[in-house]
Parts: sequence; structure tokens; C-alpha cells
Amino acid sequence: MAKSVHSPRMSLWERSYLPEIVRGLGRTIAHFFRAATGKNYRDKEHAWFLHQGNVTLAYPEVKRVYPERYRAEHRLMLRQDGQVRCVACMCCSTACPANCIHIVAAEHDDPSIEKYPASFVIDELRCIHCGFCVEACPCDAIRMDTGVHVKPFDARDQAYYDRNYLMARGELSAAVQGGKGHTP
Amino acid sequence: MLIETLIILLKIIIVLFGGAMTAGAVMTVVERKQSAWIQNRIGPNRANLRGHIMGPELLSSFRLGGLVHLAADGIKMIFKEDIIPARGNRFLHTLAPMLVMFPILVLFAVIPWMDYWCAGGDLIVIDYRDVCLSESTNAFSVADLDVGLLFIFAIASLGVYGVAIAGWASNSKYAILGGLRSSAQMLSYEVPMSLSVLGIVLIYRSLNLNEITRAQGDLLFGVIPAWGIFLQPVAFLVFFTAMLAETKRAPFDVPEGESEISTGYLTEYTGLKFGIMAMSEFIAVVFVAAVVSVLFLGGWQVPYLYGDGFHMPTPWLYGVIVLLSLGAAAFFFRAYRQSRGRLPAALSALAFLHGVLFVVAAMTQKSGFLALPYGLVVVLRIGAILFKTAVLVWFQLMLRWTLPRFRYDQIMRLGWKILIPVAVLNLIVTALVLIPFYR
Repeated sequence: MAKSVHSPRMSLWERSYLPEIVRGLGRTIAHFFRAATGKNYRDKEHAWFLHQGNVTLAYPEVKRVYPERYRAEHRLMLRQDGQVRCVACMCCSTACPANCIHIVAAEHDDPSIEKYPASFVIDELRCIHCGFCVEACPCDAIRMDTGVHVKPFDARDQAYYDRNYLMARGELSAAVQGGKGHTP
Repeated sequence: MLIETLIILLKIIIVLFGGAMTAGAVMTVVERKQSAWIQNRIGPNRANLRGHIMGPELLSSFRLGGLVHLAADGIKMIFKEDIIPARGNRFLHTLAPMLVMFPILVLFAVIPWMDYWCAGGDLIVIDYRDVCLSESTNAFSVADLDVGLLFIFAIASLGVYGVAIAGWASNSKYAILGGLRSSAQMLSYEVPMSLSVLGIVLIYRSLNLNEITRAQGDLLFGVIPAWGIFLQPVAFLVFFTAMLAETKRAPFDVPEGESEISTGYLTEYTGLKFGIMAMSEFIAVVFVAAVVSVLFLGGWQVPYLYGDGFHMPTPWLYGVIVLLSLGAAAFFFRAYRQSRGRLPAALSALAFLHGVLFVVAAMTQKSGFLALPYGLVVVLRIGAILFKTAVLVWFQLMLRWTLPRFRYDQIMRLGWKILIPVAVLNLIVTALVLIPFYR
């Protein structure tokens, strides 16, 4: 059955078109002057330079503040001696619904540390940023709290983040690891 | 003879390259910026004369608030590949952009940017008209034609040839549809345009644009300047609408209606040829603003300013002007307090200065006459027509970003069924009212 379309009947005032044009112009002119006189500056600090302060942010210079639990690029946390905190338990790669974490475990020289990841690669093209890896990690080794966007890639291999790249943003963790951890 | 030719050449260069072309180029950025402000966006400000610098080096970038995009656009247009459709007509396809741009540029010849130059400022004011006692020469318009208004109609209608040829030579269905639409639209709107402006001709009794402007210096009821917009408000609406339709921009931009016929007659144009077409549209906007300000807003006339200074018909006008400028100063100062912007601060200071100037004038000149040197009067008058043109350009852009595009049948209905009858009625009423004055 055909759908009936109701077109609203316009009053004579509206059909004469001119008053409605004036109304619309009033709206746009108000917006124009609000921008021109800088009434909706969001970023007061740069307002004088970007002098068209508006709802839009001037992105590379002005960045939006993300919420604390925003899931950004991964990083690997460090032990006190700068080694990787990860013990290659495979919890994260098991939890990962996108199968994007690839770990090759190896035996550590230090007998108190059983294993370490000889290779730790995250495929950022596959990652769905669900944060399950962070929740699965038993020793606070992987985090997504860098606040950094995943950058655009020119080639596929740039999307494979290796261990060194992930550790470059790493820090000490407040959590105690194996009874020998770091307590700040 | 040679000197005169050189002077005319100089005027052409100034008006063409200093005025029309520059205005058209600046319009490309102004339109994008203004639309951005209307839509709460920032608008173009990325192009940077010092290359790709970001982050902390914010200050070392050189962008002029987006004006650098002007150069970027120009360079892009020049270096883009010029494509001519394989089965299109090479000759006509190349000719069309020139045919579009040429009439628009020629039209600027008859705009009077100032009254005739009165040698040595040797003039007196009789009955609110300048009377030059020594030799007066046409110094501020390229061509002082006695049929200036007819010249405008004649040349403006040439523009349609370029568009129609562009549509045909492109060998594209979209382009030919765009060309046909624009021909029909421009022909339809020429009728109300001419009819509405006849009232102005009846009132000011001249086809010479400078004479029309001079006549607008009279006062109605001894107070209001006799501008066309006060005497012929209906004609102003009809003429402005018809002129908007002639520029082929929104809300009358069906010839390039993107949603149904790609970009109409521009579809098969690239590079500099496209640039010329787009640019002539912008220049047309500036021309419409200029000619409407000449016919309806008093052209170079500043209210109550005549060849030797301000003549206030009644002294209390000083009070009104002072109150208005102080009010404007207060308004802009409030905006400045909220935003700390430089533009409102400058505007506020300007308005305040204007008010103070007129307080001083009222205190010192009790008769309502404020003498000014002739040079200053000339500068004020040229400033007046440029200001009026700028305001009308701004207003046209405002309309363009407010109103959605008409449907094609709506455009035809508006032109033939509404504007033409209204223009004819306006002409008849004007003629009837003017009968006693022609005795």
C-alpha cells in the first residue's frame, strides 16, 4: 500500500516567502556575527591567533582532551631495570577477539623470571580497541592509556607495532610483580 | 590626445586589475570564510607561506587568516591539466570562458566611483546639488556614457552566450542541460530587471549613472536622502532579485545544480578555464553590488555630504548621528569585553571617534554646516561607494548561504508570474505619481 505523505499547508504569511527569508537571514547573520566577534571561542589561549573561534577546533594546534579511560595506542610497561614487564603468559593474545597480538615467548636468563616475549607484535590494522588485552593482563604489562591516536599508515608493515616501539612509551608500574616489584 | 588615451588606459588598469579582478580573487576566500562563520566552522586557514609548520611553531606560520589560500588556489588552477572532451568542439570550448568573463569585466566601465572632478574644488552648493564653477572632468569612471544603464543591460545579456556555448561545446548531456537552463533563466530575469529599473529612470530623468547618483543627493521632505531604495523600495526588491538570478548563484543556481546535473555547464571544464568561469561568477557578484549601490543606495553619495562639506538640513540630525554612533560603540565594546577580539575593539574605537567628531562639529558649527576640504570629500565619497559595495557583497553571500536552491519551475514561476507583474505595477504607479512633476 502506498504511503501517504502529508505536506504541511503553509499559511499565507509563509507562502509570501519574504518574511521567512528575513527570519532565516536573521538566524544566519546572528551566527556570522557571533563568530566574527569571537563570542564562541572555545580555546581562549589561541583565540587571538586563530581569530575565528568556533565550535570547531583548530585540530593540530588545539587538541580535544580525551576522557581518562579512552583506549588509545598500546604500550608495554617496564620493570625497574628497564626490561619489559611482560612475562609472555599469552593471556592477552588469548583474550584478543581480533587475534591481533602475536607473541613469541623465550626463556629468560634470570631464573626468577620464567619467560619473556622475544617478539611482541600488535597488528594495529586488526585491533578493534576493545581493551580486553589490558583487562586480561595479570601483571599490568600492557596498557592503552597513551592518549595517542593510531596514525594513518602508508604501508601495511607500518601497522605492525613491535616490542621496541611499544616499550618506547613504557613506564614503571605501581603494581608489585612477583613479590619483587617496584613500589613507589 | 595621447595623454587622454593613456589616462583612460590607466583607469582601465586600476578598475580592472585593482578593482574587479582583485575583488573576484579575494571573494574566493571571503565566500569560504563567511560560509564557515555562518556554520560555526573555522574556515580555510591552513595554507602557509612558510611551508608545513605545526605545533609549537604556531607563531612562525604565515597564513594571514586564510588569505594565503588565494595564492594556493591560483597556483592550483594554473597548473591543473586542461581537458577538452574528445568529441567536444575545441575552438568553442576554449572560447566560452572568455565570452563569460569579458562582458562582466566590461560592465565595470560605466560605474561612477566619484562625481566629475571639479578643477581646484571650485564649487558651490545650490539646493543640495554641487555646481562646479570651473571645468569639471570625468575622472572617476572609465567611460561616462549617457546611456550607461542601457549599456549595462546590453552587455550583461551577452554573458548568456558564453554559458550556452560552454554547454554546447562540451559534448555532455549535463553541460547542455546546464547551458539551456541558464539561457532560459537569464532571458526570463532580464525582463523584470529592465522593467523594475524604469521607475528609477523616470524619477531621476537620466540614463547616465553619474547623473542618477547626483540626483540622489536631494533630500526628501527636507530630511531623508532621495536614494532609490526610499523612493522605489519595490523596484529595489525586484531588481536585486533579478540581478541575483543573473549571477547564477544560489538560490538561483539551477544551471549548475550539483544534485541533478553534476555541475551543469561547468562539468567538462578543468584548470584555468574552470577558474575563469568561477571567477567571473564572483566578479558578477561584485558588479551586482556596485550597480545596486549606484541605482538604489546613492552610489558615492554620503548622506548630507556635498562638495564643500556637510550640510545638515536640521541641527538635531547631529544629535541623532551622535547617539547612533555612541550606541554602536557601546555595542561593539560589549562584544570586545566578552571576546577580547581585535575586530570589535577596532570597530568600537571607530564608532566612538565618529561620535566625538560629530559632537565637536555640532558644538563649533551652529548653522548645521561643517566645511571640509574638497580632497577629503572625494576620499569620503569613494570610500562610501566602496563601503556600500562591500556591504552588498556581504549581503549577497549571506543570502547565498541562507536560502536553499529553487526548483527550476519555481524559478520560472517567480520570474514570470510574480516579478514581472510586480515590476509592471510598480512602473505604472510610479508613472502616475510622477505626472504632476513632469508638467
